[in-house]
Amino acid sequence: MSQALAELSYPMSRTKPFNPPDDYTDLREHQPFARVRLWDGTYPYLLTKFDDIRVVLSNPKFSCEPNREGFPHVFEGRMVADKADRSFLRLDNPEHDRLRRMVTKEFTVRRIGQLTPRIQETVDRLITQYSQLPQGSDFVEHFSAPLPTEIITFLLGIPYEDHAFFHEATRIQFGSKSTPAEVRKSLDDLFNYLDALITRKEREPQDDIVSRLVTEQLKPGHVDRLTLINIVRLLLSAGHQTTQNMTALGVLTMLQHPNQLALIKGNPELISGAVEELLRFSSVLHVGARRVALEDIDVNGKLVKAGEGVICSIPAANRDPDLFPDPDRFDVQRDAARHVAFGFGIHQCLGQVLARAELKVVYEALFRRLPNLRLAVPFEQLRFRHDMFVYGVHELPLAW
Amino acid sequence: MNQTKAIFMRITVNRSRCIAAGQCVLKAPRVFDQDEQDGIVVLLSENPAPEFEASARLAARVCPSEAITVDDE
Repeated sequence: MSQALAELSYPMSRTKPFNPPDDYTDLREHQPFARVRLWDGTYPYLLTKFDDIRVVLSNPKFSCEPNREGFPHVFEGRMVADKADRSFLRLDNPEHDRLRRMVTKEFTVRRIGQLTPRIQETVDRLITQYSQLPQGSDFVEHFSAPLPTEIITFLLGIPYEDHAFFHEATRIQFGSKSTPAEVRKSLDDLFNYLDALITRKEREPQDDIVSRLVTEQLKPGHVDRLTLINIVRLLLSAGHQTTQNMTALGVLTMLQHPNQLALIKGNPELISGAVEELLRFSSVLHVGARRVALEDIDVNGKLVKAGEGVICSIPAANRDPDLFPDPDRFDVQRDAARHVAFGFGIHQCLGQVLARAELKVVYEALFRRLPNLRLAVPFEQLRFRHDMFVYGVHELPLAW
Repeated sequence: MNQTKAIFMRITVNRSRCIAAGQCVLKAPRVFDQDEQDGIVVLLSENPAPEFEASARLAARVCPSEAITVDDE
């Protein structure tokens, strides 16, 4: 269409930290199936319309398996990790459903409801500890990172004391600048760690998810050891880094929109809706979701040929004005229910009920207990996670 | 009261498509539940009362695996 859009590299950069790249708006209007250039010289499609993305993500003929020819790899280091991934996140059906159903009972609405008092206690304790630190202390380090890590390690039965180790593993495995060698080394270390953990659970099973997987799935031979390690790795990494970043970015978003913050402070019943709007507005999974066509497929009138890669931009879908009028406006009272921040189709986030529960408790308790919470540095000094697979802020110094 | 409008919603679920994301239970807890054993959808009410129809429709729209069908009969 327009010459300016002829050659676009992906990922693109943002001009405003709260908004997806400006190019998405033009692309959605003029080139909803845009060819974009990746680091390795391949040209997958970038999709920016909600309806197209929904159609692709719910069609089983679009594969999410990274070892297939044509699958879009967005960072070189991430490619290594994706190709080594044997969890259900990177498997098509029928194997996806078989493996996912080994853990779905752990994240139901009822089970997470039973966990909520523990989430509340953890949030209350972390707020108390944080408020006793010097003004300007980093909210990421002292609150938004420990909270989901404490919860997911408790559920999995992994010692919380080891958190520095797997936070570092996540930083390497999901960083855009990590080299393949660094990612390989980090994966080896993490796999060895989880292998030893599984051995301990084999000897002494406890009341936790990993023990139940060992007893109910590994021992009877329903899953092999390497696949089990991959599933635990997925639950651990997805269980902390997404919620960590959503928590911090959400707090920052609220602080930068004082009228909206005042609304939820005065009306706690608005918090559930505010969480959905924060999920839509932030869309921390800002790279992907990625698929490759297994055959020629018609997507709302556009032919995608077998072997072609497709990147379905979650932030772009969640800012599509067809679904969300005035999409760049943050409005806790809008109807954001149909957002795809957790993805769509069979791979939609397994832990979304847990994530919502954590976010709700945080936003309710934090602004109630620290009503003067505010940024401790100028907004322009914040470092946003442009360089990471999951978006957010690297540090968030707050005062209260 | 509204006897003339004899249109009822009929809901069906496809348990083999369900991926246990739990969205239907969050959106319409009086209409949907999850199996204790695997988190798969359990339909509590095939013809929900009018006050639950809107939430049941929303649940069908947000279901990621399109496992919920709503028919008006």
